Amino acid sequence: MLVWDNLDVFWRGWTTTVLLTSASFAVALVIGMALASARVSPVAPLRGVAQLYVEVVRNTPLTVHMVLMFFGLPKLGIRFGPITTAIIVLSIYTGAFVGEVLRSGMNTVGVGQIEAGRAIGLPFVDLLRLVVLPQAFKATVAPLGSQLSALVRNSAVAYTISVLDIMGRSDRLITDLARPIPILIGAALAYYTLTIPLAFAINAVDRRVRVAR
Amino acid sequence: MKSTRRNLFTTVAIGLVAVACGSDKASVAPATTAAPAATTAAPVTTTAAAFPADSAMAKIKAKGKIVIGTKFDQPLFGLKNPTTNEVDGFDAEIGRLLATRIFGADIKGKVEFVETTSKVREEAVEQGKVDLVIATYTINAARKERIAFAGPYYVAGQDILVKKGNTTITGIDTLGGKKVCSVQGSTSLKNLAEKAPTADASITFDKYSLCVEALLDGRVEAVTTDNVILLGFVADNPDKVQLVNKPFTTEPYGIGVAKADTVFRGWVNDQLEAMAKDGSYAKAWAATAGKTGQKAPTPPAVDRY
Repeated sequence: MLVWDNLDVFWRGWTTTVLLTSASFAVALVIGMALASARVSPVAPLRGVAQLYVEVVRNTPLTVHMVLMFFGLPKLGIRFGPITTAIIVLSIYTGAFVGEVLRSGMNTVGVGQIEAGRAIGLPFVDLLRLVVLPQAFKATVAPLGSQLSALVRNSAVAYTISVLDIMGRSDRLITDLARPIPILIGAALAYYTLTIPLAFAINAVDRRVRVAR
Repeated sequence: MKSTRRNLFTTVAIGLVAVACGSDKASVAPATTAAPAATTAAPVTTTAAAFPADSAMAKIKAKGKIVIGTKFDQPLFGLKNPTTNEVDGFDAEIGRLLATRIFGADIKGKVEFVETTSKVREEAVEQGKVDLVIATYTINAARKERIAFAGPYYVAGQDILVKKGNTTITGIDTLGGKKVCSVQGSTSLKNLAEKAPTADASITFDKYSLCVEALLDGRVEAVTTDNVILLGFVADNPDKVQLVNKPFTTEPYGIGVAKADTVFRGWVNDQLEAMAKDGSYAKAWAATAGKTGQKAPTPPAVDRY
């Protein structure tokens, strides 16, 4: 009932969470593709840089990145609002994981495919674009889906830099109404409305592309 | 690398042991006496007055020491210095001033501070473990049922922290449209929403230190919570931030004494009034919380209920 009465508040938080998640995932896909390509590239320094990125970003808690970026960037004269900062941080963070997922997907592509590509004279970029990545994506639908689902839940960390997403709005409600349990249940339900349909969608897509292979 | 890591562990371990010992000592044998801070071992007007027999003052004088309950962990008010074992802060200074009004100027070895955390303050008074409690102790009706309060000697309350030199924010009424930071889920945030509904409270964190960071970055124009907490941040950054010094909630700090002892309470009230008049109150402030650069507050009128 408490949740129902404050549906508008949850709705505002929900839209912010959707914005955070969708924008970050789009950027993370681009970052991940660049990372994965760099990690399989023939250029050694490129491989090194990509690996450094992945290890540096992946081996620290998200909340550290969030707070460091929010308060660190202004020291360098760059200032973004909480939502922009959160999208940047979530993209960088998720990008590292997406990169690893795509890399392992690329490794599933048969050596014969790559040799064939080379044999017909495809340059490295075209080899990735036309031969490796399309097949790699099919193999990575399920793990990419879990990255997206993790991103939905990870985005709650944006509240540490005061983004009023589902988590933030819920916490404000808790302060106002002093009824933490029902409101937190409401927050969980709000996240379910995103993550459960997502899981079904990913399963469906995964089944379809798998059959096609 | 290896040795650095070991050093770090050792430091942490020593720190933990120190903390553990500190709190242990506080509850079991809190026997440290304290010399008055040099600045406030001030001229005493009522040197060793004669007290009515059977009064608490006479008993303390006969006993040769006064036992004062205070906080050991409240910066600027009552903070035990682990190296000197002395209790520093405004509450402790007020206690020493009261001691000089019983024993005269030389109170060396005659003041014993006992740690009274918020939960045990009433008990400490009721059971006679302390003669009085000066421990950022807000006077309220529930507590008055168990003990009595002299004072108030200080009015704490929710106040506003701004960047040094800010002249546009002068109080709660000037926060409209301004970005104001407080801690997520705090009473301070609630008070802000109630008393300044047009203030922009969109920036919140889980710690006040992050609010202060945002203030220094210019992301918010003000930070609001209890003035006693804000004073600590002024102490850390005296050149960068300042307190508006217009509390908009009221938490009068009193001195807890035994409920039935109206003579003692009256005497403490007399001394508080005398301290306000002769400037020793302001000196005690300057030597402690005033080190933040914050001017001494006007001593509140004592409430002889």
